[in-house]
Amino acid sequence: MSQHYIVITGCGRLGSMLANRLSRDGESVVIIDRDESTFDNLTSEFSGFTIHGDATELEVLRQAKTERADYFLAVTSNDNVNLMIAQVAKLIFGVPLVLARVFDPAREDIYAQLGINVVCPARLSADIFLQTLKAAED
Amino acid sequence: MRVIIIGAGKTVYYLARRFVAKGYRITIITRDAAKAQQFSRKLSATIVQGNGSDPQFLEEAGARRASIVVALQSTDQDNLISCQLAKEMFGVPRTVALIHDPENAEVFKKLGVTVAISVAQMLGQVIEEQVGYEEIINLAAIEQGRVNITEVVLMPGAPAIGCALRELKLPQNALIGAVIRQDDVTVPSGETRLFESDRLLLITQPHNHGATLRAIIGEGH
Repeated sequence: MSQHYIVITGCGRLGSMLANRLSRDGESVVIIDRDESTFDNLTSEFSGFTIHGDATELEVLRQAKTERADYFLAVTSNDNVNLMIAQVAKLIFGVPLVLARVFDPAREDIYAQLGINVVCPARLSADIFLQTLKAAED
Repeated sequence: MRVIIIGAGKTVYYLARRFVAKGYRITIITRDAAKAQQFSRKLSATIVQGNGSDPQFLEEAGARRASIVVALQSTDQDNLISCQLAKEMFGVPRTVALIHDPENAEVFKKLGVTVAISVAQMLGQVIEEQVGYEEIINLAAIEQGRVNITEVVLMPGAPAIGCALRELKLPQNALIGAVIRQDDVTVPSGETRLFESDRLLLITQPHNHGATLRAIIGEGH
C-alpha cells in the first residue's frame, strides 16, 4: 500500500486514536489541536507531526499543507468547527476525501447533501445496539 | 420583512432596535437565558432561547418565512453553520455572517453565505482612509526585480495632475498601466487626463523607476 498524507484536526480520544493507528500503519499523519496538552494522547506508535493551532484559521490549514492531503478527518469536539473545516478542506483546499464527525444527527443529512461525509456517533451506536438486539432475538 | 438575528451581544440589541423602528418583524435567537429575558423586556421582537445553529430553533424562529438571517455569534464557525442551515434547510434567500478572521470572507462566500462582514477588515479600512493612502505602494517585483509594479496616488501639487498621458515626459520602458479613479479602473490611452487623487499603476524597471516617479508625483523621489 502506498503512503497517504492525512490531516487530522482534533487530538481528543477519537483524533488521537486515529492518528496513532494510521501512523502505526505507515501513513503520513499531521494532527492539529488548539490545546497543546492533547498531544499527550499520542503514543509511541505515532511518528507524524503535530501542529498547535486553531484549524478554523486558513493559515493553520496551510501550515499543515492541507492542499496536499489525500484524506482530511475533522474530529474536534465541536460540530460546527468540524462542519466548517471539512467544507474548507474540500472546497478551498480540494482534499479528495473528507470526513467529519458530527454529534447532532439533525444536521447529518443536510451536510451529506453538501457533499461532506458525516459520521454521527449516536447513529452508529444506535445501529450497533439495534443490530445486536436483533441478533439476540434471531 | 422578516429578519432573524442570532447572537447575544450589544450589536444584536441595537440592530434589532433599529429594524423594529423600521417596521421589520424581528426574531432573535440567543442561547443566553438572561439575554433572552432582557431582549424580550426591551424590544418588541420575538425571542427564541436556543442554539442558533440547531435546525430546531431556526424553525421555531420562523426561518421558513424569513427574508434574511443575520448571524452575529462569537465564533466564525457558528455563524457559518447558522447561515448554511438557514439557506439549505429553510430556503432563506439572504444570509449575513459576522466573521472574525478576515480571511474567512472569501471562504464564506464560496460556502454560500451572501455577505460576510469582518470587523477587523472594516475598522482597518476606515482607519486607513482616515490616515490617507500612502503615496507610493510597491505592489510587486517580477522577474527577480527586473520589472516593478507600483501604485502611486496623485496628491495635490503632483506635476502629472491636469496632464494627458502623452504630455508626460516618461522615460523609455515605463508605463502607466491603469488609472483608478474612485471605483472606476481604466487602462489609459495617450489622451487620458489625470486628476488629483487618481491612483496609478506604474510598470517600471529599476533604472527608470526614480525618473518615472519624478515625472508623475514630483521631486524628492
